[in-house]
Amino acid sequence: MTARIGVVTFPGTLDDRDTQRAIGIAGAEAVPLWHRDKDLKQVDAVVLPGGFSYGDYLRAGAISRFSPVMGSIVEQANAGMPVLGICNGFQVLCEAHLLPGAMLRNTGLHFVCRDQKLRVETAATAWTADYAAGEEISIPLKNIDGRYTADERTLDDLEAEGRVVFRYRDVNPNGSLRDIAGISNAAGNVVGLMPHPEHAVEPLIGTGRTDGLAFFTSVIKKLVSA
Amino acid sequence: MTLDTVKHAAETPESGQPWKELGLKEDEYARIREILGRRPTGAELAMYSVMWSEHCSYKSSKVHLKQFGEKAPQTDALLVGIGENAGVVDVGQGYAVTFKIESHNHPSYIEPYQGAATGVGGIVRDILAMGARPVAVMDPLRFGAADHPDTKRVLPGVVAGVGGYGNCLGLPNIGGEVVFDPCYQGNPLVNALCVGVMKHEDIHLAQASGAGNKVILYGARTGGDGIGGVSVLASETFDSTGPSRRPAVQVGDPFQEKLLIECTLEIFREQLVAGIQDLGGAGLSCATSELASAGSGGMRVELDTVPLRDATLSPEEILMSESQERMCAIVEPDKVDRFLEICEKWDVIATVIGEVTEGSRLEIFWHGEQIVDVPPRSVAHEGPTYHRPYARPDWQDTLQADDAGRLPRPADSAELRAQVLTLVGSPNQASKSWVTDQYDRFVQGNTVLAQPEDSGVVRIDADTDLGVALATDGNGRYAKLDPYTGAQLALAEAYRNVAATGAKPLAVSDCLNFGSPEDPAVMWQFAEATRGLADGCLALGTPVTGGNVSLYNQTGDAAIHPTPVVAVLGVIDDVNRRTPMAFGEQGQLILLLGETREEFGGSAWSQVVHDHLGGMPPAVDLEREKLLAEILISGSRDGMIDAAHDLSDGGLIQAVTESCLRGGHGARLVVPDGLDAFTFLFSESAGRAIVAVPRSEELRFTDMCGARGLPVTRIGVIDGDAVEVQGEFAIPLAELGAVHEGTIPGLLA
Repeated sequence: MTARIGVVTFPGTLDDRDTQRAIGIAGAEAVPLWHRDKDLKQVDAVVLPGGFSYGDYLRAGAISRFSPVMGSIVEQANAGMPVLGICNGFQVLCEAHLLPGAMLRNTGLHFVCRDQKLRVETAATAWTADYAAGEEISIPLKNIDGRYTADERTLDDLEAEGRVVFRYRDVNPNGSLRDIAGISNAAGNVVGLMPHPEHAVEPLIGTGRTDGLAFFTSVIKKLVSA
Repeated sequence: MTLDTVKHAAETPESGQPWKELGLKEDEYARIREILGRRPTGAELAMYSVMWSEHCSYKSSKVHLKQFGEKAPQTDALLVGIGENAGVVDVGQGYAVTFKIESHNHPSYIEPYQGAATGVGGIVRDILAMGARPVAVMDPLRFGAADHPDTKRVLPGVVAGVGGYGNCLGLPNIGGEVVFDPCYQGNPLVNALCVGVMKHEDIHLAQASGAGNKVILYGARTGGDGIGGVSVLASETFDSTGPSRRPAVQVGDPFQEKLLIECTLEIFREQLVAGIQDLGGAGLSCATSELASAGSGGMRVELDTVPLRDATLSPEEILMSESQERMCAIVEPDKVDRFLEICEKWDVIATVIGEVTEGSRLEIFWHGEQIVDVPPRSVAHEGPTYHRPYARPDWQDTLQADDAGRLPRPADSAELRAQVLTLVGSPNQASKSWVTDQYDRFVQGNTVLAQPEDSGVVRIDADTDLGVALATDGNGRYAKLDPYTGAQLALAEAYRNVAATGAKPLAVSDCLNFGSPEDPAVMWQFAEATRGLADGCLALGTPVTGGNVSLYNQTGDAAIHPTPVVAVLGVIDDVNRRTPMAFGEQGQLILLLGETREEFGGSAWSQVVHDHLGGMPPAVDLEREKLLAEILISGSRDGMIDAAHDLSDGGLIQAVTESCLRGGHGARLVVPDGLDAFTFLFSESAGRAIVAVPRSEELRFTDMCGARGLPVTRIGVIDGDAVEVQGEFAIPLAELGAVHEGTIPGLLA
């Protein structure tokens, strides 16, 4: 079977077409999902791509979380469907309370676009099984509201439960607490991160590396073997 | 206030009108009266004044711009030429590419963030209006002295505005320039380029034809921003003692523009429009008159149906408003419902505001009463033409006689080494990553090369790997010394930069930034630069497809350096063959292509070390540039070269330093016979590039150069972790990197 992975487009989403392409390169079928549709078209997993949905007005992700499509996604995510939030998608997942914490304005107050080194802290999620824990990867990072923040107890819990999935290496580009670049829910099916794996899937494009491809192959393997 | 209707205007011929305050000359006002056979209404006066302004009518420049058409080279590549929103170029495989560069200089000085942001927004809509999906932007920027306190206000705001808008639209920013010079202190130059891609059959034109077709205004509501911005901002200097006529700068909403892009592309896919025009300078005045003028009939508009942000706006203000993120489409009646449905899907407000008529007049009504009745051509295309006097300034000879070759040169190796560090760490030669790291270069997933590479390269078809390359260049110092040559040097550099990445140059767009056309010396610079550019484009076979003129870039009597910024578009059949600038492999040979002469006029060295501007700029040989480009493209296509970097400001040492730092490898250089180390390192002779060649390819490559008649000199090898010039000095990469990377953050962070 071919895995079918949904890619949501909110008004202001930017990386939807790139994410669809990455899913295709990884060997699955990308299914466009529209924010006004509750219908998830029977996809096996969902990616919330990056961008500036609703122009980041009010707060990044704060309006999108009320989209009809999000109601269905929250329901399915709680039932175990793999969901990945990239950048603005991560912000939406936090706003939707599928993941704890929030993103604040970068400490440098500027938009930051760079090739970012990360350490994969755990391979025990739906989206990181093809990595090895401790592996270092480089993928593009680009955001202005990327400073991950949560209260100390939440951070301690995340660490204790092995839910810190990625940490920034060499440079913490936005002041995220404990260098956190990405986290998961307790079940490991929902993952959010600020950097962009979908921009690192072809040797010629962007940074010239394919370190992001394993996000998609990880989930595809899981879905196909399920 | 009573409404100034057409009827009222006919009845009150002697009623006084503020034509002077609106920037019109007495004879222009008289001509409007003659065209209409009566005095214009307030709304008509507003339309004429804004459409006949310098910014919209090109009245001072068009007699010179004509050359771009008259001297256009024969080419099959041009699908749409000058005159539309943007030119369209055939890049093969059924694809067409449209690109254009524009200025948003004056607004960016007043309000750096919004000025720059709306500059990006405006050029993106121009590209969209041609039927294309915008795929990348570039921003050539020029500021006052890097250490001037006001630069710290203007630059971060401009950069944040370019990024804030472009990033939010999802357009990769793939290149541009950042230049500092005191001449831009009160007149920063914010130029913006956008490139878009479409299939040949998707080209759309700005024209309103077919009586009964509906005129639909869609996008943002109309507000009071930028009213009169075009006529006033673009036609007056910043003289603090003069009357204040500068209205608010427009405020951009990139989210609205992103919706407008996706909505418009969906509308194009379903072939729902007969004509389309974006709303930019002069707002509805421009869009309605240009659409009607280019069409076959007339147009009738019910102005009171325009959705407003501010209900108190008068009809004149609605016509003048430059509210951003608006488009105007001509739609056949049976397609209107589907059009409106797509707009609703994207949460875009759309309103039928009028229709195309059988007549020949543009008629605008306000609650049933007619306030405009004009021949649209007279507004849009038959504005005044000035033959402004121009004369070579008397200081030009003195300037050119002040030869930079006479400046003291470094006395020994230690001084040479010190000057290299000074040069590569100077604001103009230093790394601009502090700026470009605030722009998203990855979005859309097609960026093959981005700044600081010689040109930005984006893939336009993921199945065939077809791509386009773009470079923008300009050097105001060269152009000040000799505007004709300076314009050709800008063209040659951009052309060379495109070829250095392996792409074939096809077409040109230009942004001509100059001082006041009322100064004969400035007008001479403009005339010379346009003549140089037109001659250059003819020689290189790359037509000018469109562009923009920005005049009045001066404060008091002090004009900026004449600054023609030239964008060259190229095509690369297989982006896998692109040539990067980085030295990637130790042991590869470094070859210098072209000839090095003692040319220091206008050079970075003369500026950085001596604060000097004088003499003649480097000589241009366009036949040589063509040959060099052919060699660079062949070398890339046949896999002979692994890296290439053009030589321009800063000379060879600047290029070698950049290629070394980018690749993380050092270089050992030998000064070639017949050259001294100083000239070898710092000369800015045009028509040159360095390439890195695997040893196994050296003979094949040099044979090719020899057979074609291009001088090639082996100057060193990629090696170690320092830049070493044998017998002179060695500078560790870490030391070069520290000064090259540290300068801009040190000044601005």
